[in-house]
Amino acid sequence: MATLIADPFETLFNLQQALDTFRQSGWLGSSLSGTGAYPPVNVFRKGDDFVIITEIPGIGKSDLDIQVKNSSVRIAGSKSIDYDKGSLHRRERSAGRFDRAVTLPVRIDADRVKAEYRDGILAIYLPRAEQDKPRSVKIA
Amino acid sequence: MQQKKEVTAKEEKTVPARYFMPNTDIYETEQALTLVMEMPGVEKKDVLVQLENDVLRVEGHIDFVKYEGLEPVYSEYNVGHYARRFTLSDKIDQDGISAELADGVLTLTLNKAKSALPRRIAIS
Repeated sequence: MATLIADPFETLFNLQQALDTFRQSGWLGSSLSGTGAYPPVNVFRKGDDFVIITEIPGIGKSDLDIQVKNSSVRIAGSKSIDYDKGSLHRRERSAGRFDRAVTLPVRIDADRVKAEYRDGILAIYLPRAEQDKPRSVKIA
Repeated sequence: MQQKKEVTAKEEKTVPARYFMPNTDIYETEQALTLVMEMPGVEKKDVLVQLENDVLRVEGHIDFVKYEGLEPVYSEYNVGHYARRFTLSDKIDQDGISAELADGVLTLTLNKAKSALPRRIAIS
């Protein structure tokens, strides 16, 4: 049945469905950094480039360490939760050290990598290295 | 890695998008009860805290316009708005609730009512 859904809700619904499709897909499966690690990452493609988005709420920028080499990105850091002098009723947030690496199937131009941390979300923009891009060959 | 919990609403929703339950820590001090909720991606203007009939309703909306032009290739978590409700006891001073949002973490401080504060009783 075709349903008519008005914007702007449609966009979020479509995004959620698109993410579900790629949920736990085998795309990065062959690498050592499989699923189940913290923080969970989503990888997006934007033209030739890639964007890694991850949710790490409640961490300071200075507690994050991001390294890029060849086609791998390392996201490391530590998150601390400190409630001084309080008795805990419910604990659902997790804290501690984390370190994970994501390997992309393309080479990354490390000099042009940009990272942004806002409202608890870390976004790393990874431009594909120029020498890695396909070149069209003219037939002589 | 703990997966995000989806909110299963008791009432029907008119919006097809899914909501998630924010991870919450609750701790108590002598003066107040504090709720710390993780809502990554939510900006200050998109947080809604409502109190009605002893039920504290917290909602956080994400700005998914940022995902425009991005094509997902691999995903370990889904994104969505956040919603959670808490029933308050009468030991909470309902006029003394304050909220603060930093780095995707919402902190709600619920001051205790005067009658619930610890008192020292003098011996006559």
